[in-house]
Amino acid sequence: MPVEAVTLADTTTKELPLLVLWLFKAGLIYGGLLGTAALMTLAERKVSAWIQYRIGPNRVGPWGLLQPLADGVKFIFKEEVVPDGANPLMFRLAPILSAVPAMLAIAVIPFAGEVKIGDWSFGTLSIANLDISVLYVGALTGLSVYGVILGGWSSNSKYSLLGGLRASAQMISYELTLLLAVLSVVLMNGSLDLRAIAADQASTGMWNAIVQPVAFVLFVIAMFAETNRHPFDFAECEPELVGGFHTEYSSMKFALFFLGEYCAMVVMACLATTFFLGGGALPFIAELAWYVELPVFCAKASSFLFLFLWVRWTLPRFRYDQLMTLGWQVMLPLALVNLFVTGAVVALGWHPLLMPLLAIAVLVPFALLFGRPRPRSESLTHEGAAG
Amino acid sequence: MTITRTFEYAPGAPPDDFEYEDDPVHGEVMQLNMGPQHPATHGVLRLLVELDGEIIRRTEPDVGYLHRGKEKSCESLGWAKFFPHTDRLDYVQPLMNNIGYALALEKLAGIDVPERGQVVRVLLMEISRIAAHLIYLGTTGIDLGAVTMFFNTFKEREKIYSILDAYTGHRMNNTYVRIGGVYADVDEGVEALLREFLVQFPEQIDEFESLLTSNRIWYDRNRDVGVLTADEAMAWSLTGPNLRGSGVDHDLRKAEPYSGYETYDFEVPVGTIGDCYDRYLVRVEEMRQSTRIALQALTRLAETRGGEVLAEDRRYVLPPRDRVQSSMEELIFQFKIVTDLRLPAGRAYHGIESSKGELGFFVASDGSSKPLRCHIRAPGLMNVQAIPLLAEGRLFSDMVAIIGSLDFVMGEVDR
Repeated sequence: MPVEAVTLADTTTKELPLLVLWLFKAGLIYGGLLGTAALMTLAERKVSAWIQYRIGPNRVGPWGLLQPLADGVKFIFKEEVVPDGANPLMFRLAPILSAVPAMLAIAVIPFAGEVKIGDWSFGTLSIANLDISVLYVGALTGLSVYGVILGGWSSNSKYSLLGGLRASAQMISYELTLLLAVLSVVLMNGSLDLRAIAADQASTGMWNAIVQPVAFVLFVIAMFAETNRHPFDFAECEPELVGGFHTEYSSMKFALFFLGEYCAMVVMACLATTFFLGGGALPFIAELAWYVELPVFCAKASSFLFLFLWVRWTLPRFRYDQLMTLGWQVMLPLALVNLFVTGAVVALGWHPLLMPLLAIAVLVPFALLFGRPRPRSESLTHEGAAG
Repeated sequence: MTITRTFEYAPGAPPDDFEYEDDPVHGEVMQLNMGPQHPATHGVLRLLVELDGEIIRRTEPDVGYLHRGKEKSCESLGWAKFFPHTDRLDYVQPLMNNIGYALALEKLAGIDVPERGQVVRVLLMEISRIAAHLIYLGTTGIDLGAVTMFFNTFKEREKIYSILDAYTGHRMNNTYVRIGGVYADVDEGVEALLREFLVQFPEQIDEFESLLTSNRIWYDRNRDVGVLTADEAMAWSLTGPNLRGSGVDHDLRKAEPYSGYETYDFEVPVGTIGDCYDRYLVRVEEMRQSTRIALQALTRLAETRGGEVLAEDRRYVLPPRDRVQSSMEELIFQFKIVTDLRLPAGRAYHGIESSKGELGFFVASDGSSKPLRCHIRAPGLMNVQAIPLLAEGRLFSDMVAIIGSLDFVMGEVDR
């Protein structure tokens, strides 16, 4: 049931010129994105320190808050090295290709609904109001893999090449699952428009995390793989590939890769919030003002961002072939079945809460049976006396 | 006992007629230089890896980047002055190396260590074993992506090092063992610290295990990776946890007891398959058993309080400082031992169960003050030898799991 999310301007409200409005919003949202990405580098170290009995950066500014700034200055003043035999054009293009698509995707995220201050109306709090924003996001996440592949290939380094190859295979595989999970959501809410998807969840009060638990879990897992984050970070894989695709990068080119990674994380967190947690909605409250919606949205997205960090500093890393097995043999079939079930439920007009019940009934016993490894500590024999 | 593969490579160059008959792709083979500055090679090991895609076809370990001529140093320095050098062999367990060397010299000279000295030695050895296994667990965790394991284990290791600091005055490179015993007694304060650590340590092991043992990712990364059969392990003369992980029940503390190990109550964990996961389980269980032994040793320390920790044999053992300054004979003994310590002619070998396997010292003497020969049987060198065997046909990611699970320290391998 699509919802009229775009409120047509009536005659009593005043509006800024469209171009000014766009520039203003773009400045605001991109400032927020880059600021969040910079703060995430600090958060990464603070959270890891918290998990690992450490203090973390605390020298620059209060609680190390200026650390990202200090890092940025350091990156700028580092020497730029282009290795011998590297393809100079591709080598320079790769960091840009890695960072730009991740940043572009933020343009369609609806952070909050209609913004009104006094008589002035500023439209919804998103840069672009696309009717097919899901397709736009899908296309851009597909593009981001180029940066990693080209960076790995053009470095003329074997470690980088392996990292780039791994990344390409991994990101292409997991994009399928990611988009199939999103398709279930699209079926559920009947729109390709992120604003409509969020508004639909808010109006019915049934967030997709509840009615689409399988898609939610699949999306969260694929989100980690898509952003190249631990436990799927084979592309860089510090102990094996010594940094992988960015082994040979230095200075701002290296910083751009990092910026791209953190921007991708922020975008993915925003997407997950929109698709599965109803955007800026609160449960049991139908209509919220934009200044409530925005903090709620940010809080939800932050919880996903924290999940990224938490998982990174807790779990061991998968092996490359295990990741592929998981992607193609477990997650992709599951996503297809989920899509089919969702389609059937929507077409037959059954109650959507049937799906979580079905998922629990089928998947929980399955997971209990096959999910945990057979305990081997008992197989260890204790031999008291030796000859 | 059969050796299934033989490796006859000239260092640095693959044989000209090297072919892969079962290569499904017939693609080019990529030679990858892993190390000596690779984060996963635990020091300065260099591995020449031939990759077919991601699959390892051939591995060639290249050791010697940390060669410092330790054995030759022993021959030129003399018997007692080599003790500080043994610290630098396997530098994660200096006291264990001290004791191994001292035991070989005592065997050569026929010195009996007093009972309390032996108890202190057992205590130090087991504490060192725990510290070394904690390093294994932490570094293997980091290699397989569980970075936080490193900090978990180092938090515990830090406690051990603080206790050793309180006892020996050093955190690493303690050099606290002498021919005939240990340099100084363990006082009650150190005893209390040790007891406090050992009592809480099993809980910490439980916590490590709760993070790893039944963790699906950890299990999948280690299960059936680097499988070493019992025959292969023996053929490649692997010892210690690597051998026991393959199911061979051989522990020198049980098989050829020394320092009174036969009187302690402990069990030897033995694996079944011989994969990385078995080796991991064996080491974790060994930490528990070491805690058990150390606690027993602490009880005996309380029983033998006031006893000597250093033998009263003035041919080889330095007199205490206060007696040197008050007695002419002791001053002469001290002068003789410091300037010209002679061990009787002959040869002796003594192996101890170090955390990496059988750490053996072979010493030969012609009766002079300089050793004729000192050979160190470093278990790490044998562990490195097993890498090509275990890595062949595996994925490149398994290499770090295999290197981690074999657990060697390059200071000992290169000597």
